[in-house]
Order: sequence, then C-alpha cells, then structure tokens
Amino acid sequence: MSQEPHDLVASYALDALEEDERASFERHLAECERCSAQLAELQGSVGALAYAAEGPSPPAALRGKILDAARADRGAEVMFRRRSWALPAVAAIAAAAAMVAIGLGIWATSLSRSLDNERDAKAAYDRAARLLAAKATATPLSGADGSLLVAPDGRAAIVICGLGSAPSEKTYEAWVIRGTTPQPAGLFRGGSHCAPVLLTRSVSSGSTVAVTVERAGGVTKPTGRILFHAARA
Amino acid sequence: MCITAENALAAGFPSLLRLRPAAGGGAPVRREVAQLSDEALVEAIARSDEAALGELYDRFGRVAYGLALKILRDAALAEDAVQEAFLQVWRGAGGYRADRARASTWLLTFVHRRAVDLVRREERRRAEPADSLPEPSGPGADEAAAASSRREIVQQALQRLPAEQREPIELAYYGGLTQSELAERLGQPLGTIKSRMFTGLQRLRGLLVEAGFDSA
Repeated sequence: MSQEPHDLVASYALDALEEDERASFERHLAECERCSAQLAELQGSVGALAYAAEGPSPPAALRGKILDAARADRGAEVMFRRRSWALPAVAAIAAAAAMVAIGLGIWATSLSRSLDNERDAKAAYDRAARLLAAKATATPLSGADGSLLVAPDGRAAIVICGLGSAPSEKTYEAWVIRGTTPQPAGLFRGGSHCAPVLLTRSVSSGSTVAVTVERAGGVTKPTGRILFHAARA
Repeated sequence: MCITAENALAAGFPSLLRLRPAAGGGAPVRREVAQLSDEALVEAIARSDEAALGELYDRFGRVAYGLALKILRDAALAEDAVQEAFLQVWRGAGGYRADRARASTWLLTFVHRRAVDLVRREERRRAEPADSLPEPSGPGADEAAAASSRREIVQQALQRLPAEQREPIELAYYGGLTQSELAERLGQPLGTIKSRMFTGLQRLRGLLVEAGFDSA
C-alpha cells in the first residue's frame, strides 16, 4: 500500500477523498483485487465507527417520511413511464387488461432505457399487447405477485412483479406442464419491476405453467424448486 | 378431466413437491420481515417490499441518524442525509452484494457519504469530534441501552489507538475532512496521513474483535 493509487484504500473507506479522486479510485478498485480485499477488511472497522456516534433517537416522523418517499419514488417512476409511451397504446385494450398493460408499459420502457434493447422491448411489447387484445384470460400466480395470461389460441405470457433478478450464472426458466411432462417454455432474467414473459410454448387447457431457477442457458428438464405456478383457467 | 395444478406438479416434479409454495390460493408467500437477516431484508427491498424497508429503518435508523447528526450538527440536514441514504438503498438494493459487505455497513456507507458530501457543501466542518459525541436521549429503552453499550465499545477501542492514528481517522470520519485537508491540518505529509489511517483502521479491527463487537 505504498504507492498511489494503492495507498488510497483507507482514505476511500473513510470518505476522505475529493469526488474526482473517489471516482478514479473506484475505477482502480474494479481492477485491483488486493485493494478490494483490503477495502472489505477496513470497511468493517469504518462501519463500526458509526456506532460510536449513535445517540439521540431520530425524530419519530422520519420513518414515515422515508416510507412515503420510497412509495412516491416508485409512483413517480410509474407516472413517468406511463406518460412516455405505454399508455396510449394500451388505451385501446379492454379495461380488464388495463392494469396488466400498465405493468407491460413499465417493463417495456424500463428496458428501452438501454438503446440496445429498445427494439426487442418494443417487439415484445407489441406481442404482449396483441395477446391482451386477443382476449387473454388472467389467472393469479401461486407463490408470486403476477398472473398467467392465456389467449384462447393458447399463446401465453406470465406477468410477474418484483421477482428480483436471477443470480449470476442462473436464469429463470418457465415450464408448461401437460400431463406429467414439464416442457421448457422460455428463459428470462427477472428484475425489480413488473415484466411480461412471453412463453415460447402454447398453453393448452388443463396445462400448468411453473417457473424454476436453472443454470444460465437453461435446461431441458427442471432441476430447481418451483418458485410459482398457475394452471390455465 | 382436468389435471389439477397440484397433480401436475406432483407428477412433473416429484422430488420438489415439498418445496412448492404453500397450497391454498394465489397469495404470495410472505415471510415475516422481523425474522429476516439484514441481508435478506435488502433482498426483499430489491423486490420493492416496503415492510422490509421499514424494518431496515427500525434496525439502523437510530445509528444512521446519530452518525449523520454527528457529522452535520444540524437535525434537519441529518434527517435529509438519512432519508436520502435509505432511498439509495431502496433504489439500489438490486445491486447489493451480500458477499462483499454486510447490509448494515452498506447502508451506513451511504449515510456517511451523503453526510460528508453535505457537510462539505455546507462548509460546516468542525474540528473536535471525539469529546462531543452526542448522548443518547430517552432513558430506559433496551434499544438505547444496547446502543450505549455498542457506543462505548467502539469509543473505548478508538481510545486505545495511538493518538497519531486516532486523530486523522476521527477528523476524516466524523469531521468530513479530505486527506489533503488532514495533512495540512495535522502538519504531516500526505503519505504519513494515509499510512497512519490505514494502520489505525487495521488495528481498530483487531481491538473491536477483541472487545466482541459483532459488526466489525
């Protein structure tokens, strides 16, 4: 720890760097294993320093303010995204589907933040919207917030909220179970918001859709536990 | 004639059946947030679970506020710093890596950085941190007692550091001084300051472990 930038670990841990120094040290950290390891070690001590300052209780109203702000944060995001482009397209869709459609809009626009994904997102959105327009029926998922949507012709999507991203090297995999045989029906990454997942396999009457976590790239037979499922209504 | 979901699941995933979500409806399985580890709370927050955010606040709001107040010396600014730090957790929970840092350390890093940024902006740097740490208010509560014992352990550990190591650490952490300001103020070369802080923090870690402090 004798030479810059290696000798900046303690200053960084204590937030004693200027903003530009901080940013450039963070770039260094990403490449320097030794500094990262040292930082992890020092951060334990630094975290403990906070407890020496522990004193008066915060004002009672602060908890509520934080929760309100968190809620508003999410609400603002929804409003912003609705305005951007999802809602007009959705307006034509049946009222029963509108709630779900807002979820789709959120998802599509959040993906569209990344220019690389924009085209895919729009295409997926269009397909999902067409599914809804085709009078899909929705069945609540057991085990998660969301629904299974199935159009009369069997085309289907899962709309899932707040699932979280799949761990690295892993993927979510959907299955259509007809009789006793689970068949792979698509992979997806998940995320913190609401997202539609278009199934690659149609869902016939009496089939069940389930989702597991599998290794990246997917598998042909499920190995993970079932996170949530729904049967076609 | 229809195969039920339960049958299909039992047939398709025999060994996994016991792990499937509890039968009996479409409601998501909700765990009691109070029973989650700090790290699991952050995972729940990543799924926009407000109750988990509330629980995280109940666990660390007090130490977060104490720290912010210590640095900022202004109740309204301290509240702002704490609120912004919790919102950073709310927005950034998806990027939290439990293998890199404890959830509490992660949160307190946000609080500290926010408070330091604010104090630098407000140019309210103060000099003497250690002898003016705030006293807990509101006697009697177990929470206050626990807080005061944690506080004492850390303060005692700090006192056992050589002054030349303790001083720059305290001025940086509680005073928001940058390393260049420390060098100037303490009349030492920058390299000396850096290495004293590094050695001091390493030593502090040992002292805290010795004292049985469990967040070190």
